[in-house]
Amino acid sequence: MMKKITSNLVSWLDERFDLTPIRNLLLHKKVPIHKHSLWYYLGGVTLFLFFIQLVTGILLLLYYKPGEDSAYESVRFIVTEVKFGWLIRNVHSWSANLLIFFAFLHMFSVFFTQSYKKPRELTWITGFVILALALAFGFSGYLLPWNELAFFATKVGTDIIGILPVVGEKLRVILRGGEDVTGATLSRFFGIHVAILPAIFTFFLVLHLLFIQRQGMHEPEHFKNLPEDKKKYIPFFPDFALRDALLWLIVFNVIIFLALYFPWELGNKADPFASAPSGIKPEWYFLFMFQTLKFLPAHILFIDGELLGVLAFGLAGLLWMLIPFIKLKEKPNWKIQPITIVGILVVSFIVVMTILGYLL
Amino acid sequence: MRKSLTKIFTVIITISFTLLTYAQKEKKEIKDESIDYCVSCHTENDILPNDYSNYDVHRISGLSCSGCHGGDKNSNDQDIAMSPAKGFVGVPNKKDIPQFCGKCHSNINIMRTYQPRIATDQVEQYYTSMHGKRLKAGDKNVAECTSCHTAHSILPASDPRSTTYALNVPNTCNKCHGNKELMDKYNLPSNQMSEYVKSVHGIDLLEKKDTGAPACNDCHGNHGAMPPGVTSISYVCGTCHVNNMNYFNASPMAEPFKELDYHGCEQCHGNHGIKKTSDDMVGVGKNSTCIDCHNEGDNGYIVAKTISSYLSSLNSKYSLAEKKLIEVRDKGMNDIEIGYLLQDAKQNLIESRTLVHTFDTVKVGSTIIKGIDITTKAISLADAQIDEYYTRRNGFAFATAVFLILAVGLFFKIKSLRK
Repeated sequence: MMKKITSNLVSWLDERFDLTPIRNLLLHKKVPIHKHSLWYYLGGVTLFLFFIQLVTGILLLLYYKPGEDSAYESVRFIVTEVKFGWLIRNVHSWSANLLIFFAFLHMFSVFFTQSYKKPRELTWITGFVILALALAFGFSGYLLPWNELAFFATKVGTDIIGILPVVGEKLRVILRGGEDVTGATLSRFFGIHVAILPAIFTFFLVLHLLFIQRQGMHEPEHFKNLPEDKKKYIPFFPDFALRDALLWLIVFNVIIFLALYFPWELGNKADPFASAPSGIKPEWYFLFMFQTLKFLPAHILFIDGELLGVLAFGLAGLLWMLIPFIKLKEKPNWKIQPITIVGILVVSFIVVMTILGYLL
Repeated sequence: MRKSLTKIFTVIITISFTLLTYAQKEKKEIKDESIDYCVSCHTENDILPNDYSNYDVHRISGLSCSGCHGGDKNSNDQDIAMSPAKGFVGVPNKKDIPQFCGKCHSNINIMRTYQPRIATDQVEQYYTSMHGKRLKAGDKNVAECTSCHTAHSILPASDPRSTTYALNVPNTCNKCHGNKELMDKYNLPSNQMSEYVKSVHGIDLLEKKDTGAPACNDCHGNHGAMPPGVTSISYVCGTCHVNNMNYFNASPMAEPFKELDYHGCEQCHGNHGIKKTSDDMVGVGKNSTCIDCHNEGDNGYIVAKTISSYLSSLNSKYSLAEKKLIEVRDKGMNDIEIGYLLQDAKQNLIESRTLVHTFDTVKVGSTIIKGIDITTKAISLADAQIDEYYTRRNGFAFATAVFLILAVGLFFKIKSLRK
């Protein structure tokens, strides 16, 4: 019965829209199986977490009221009075953090398996833009509960943007909606978080996914060099998709566990006249940059240390984005190639600085 | 045009020059006048009074020694400076000190120049005090102005260095009142300070540095210091504990207290060693003050027992609610509404403790019932939150079970596909 309805519906649609490309994709897309196949799941998990963000974000939007006098109160209302509001808010916060975590993992797995190489340069670039947008989501969303920590973190964050030469001052005023962090900043961040970023994000995400579907899964060198009969594949539908689903189930359960046992504190309402709470730190994904800026001396030669740091991070980000176009000479005798060494150094730097950020 | 400009310029230069010369001359004159020969000679010869200090309020206001003692501070010739012709009076006799200070302090025209709000009846008040009466009668052991204020290191009472600053008052009074030998002469106790430091007032003032807590002068008065009498004691306590005083004075206990010559509040609470009150003071237990007068069977005994049981019922319910509130908070659940309710309940508890002074079981009872109602509401809210906490955990267990079933199903499906 059910099958009949489905096939009728499909043929009805097929007559009108010609579903051949989708059918081809479903039938012929395949995933190579080898010792690094595990990394193929990371992009999917990140996508799943994005969907969780979308759904919980929309639900929060039903009760959240941006504004100096209502933001904190509405979040408090959500977590105390709204049925399952506490769960939705905690899932939104936890899933946001895991999204960034998995996006980083995904990026480094692509980097170390060198999947960004021709013809996937643009996939890498769109992926990088998506990560940058995810960080912007994190930064703009952090202010929305309008609590003490959020208020001062935004102050510090926008101050750092303000030290950029020429555009810094103007950019800071634009972001803050004035000289200081006020209700105007909150409205602005709310607009950015729920309208501007989702629009841009969706565009790049669609591009990213289209590129992947067009080019198929990347096959590492050792796999490519295997004789055809030794290459093992599984179909994307339903085999790989079901495995994805299994992992998503587990991740979802972990998120609910975290949301229940480690709820996000609401803290005290932001008070612009209070002094900053001691030991204020940004979210963990900004911590390595924050800690590096703290280590830099006030002046390096004639340039402001912090400014140099921000510029260096900007340049490093740009180089990282353009990695597919940078050719590092391969050393045939080296066990670890120079590009891998660069990757290891970057990961170690991020990990060490993050740990120091928490310890110091 | 140019000519008139030159003229204006010349006039400005001339005026400026004249003003400058005048100002310099003025400065020189002030400098000459500022030499205070009383201080400079006495410092040179090392014969300044023992308690002399530069921060003395009179000295800071520009009053020299001669301001009180007479004489001419502008002359460095001892015969002129300290001549009776110049009004020199020397060291005043102890008996004359109140009038000596009163020369200025009783003169509103002088005082308003320095401290417009200061009272000018201190001397008058002083002579109504026990100190003043005895001094007048020729007793030289009693306190006069300098005993409390010092003679040459006087500071306003608002200055923490002052002997009359709230935190220093108990020690200032105790200089004489803690002297057993001296107090014995007047048949007075000398243990007030040792009692006071242990009292709720003393702890607040001296340990917690709460300058709002009463020191000796707040009950006994400043310049008109007197022990409060039988009729006035409840008014003394009532200056701060207004409701307690009003309730007591309107209660059926006020009249018998007067007849029996009982000292209002003091009868139950004591005077210098007032302990922090507790609910045990009411009722028929061993710490009760009611049973000092009431015996089993009489009406007062029954009232005391009833009020005590009321208080303890709200008290125990309130502590239970407080424990629940902490549990809710520890579990990270919503404690906002419960907190507000308990604030109200606490208010009821405080109110009923105050109402004890009406000795009216109906009045106390109705407030207690209100408090119990609020507390019950708070407890049920807390229980709901604690239930919700466990429901969430059970829900998680259920969700995990569902996820697990789905995951196992998926796992087998994947396995079957591979085959």
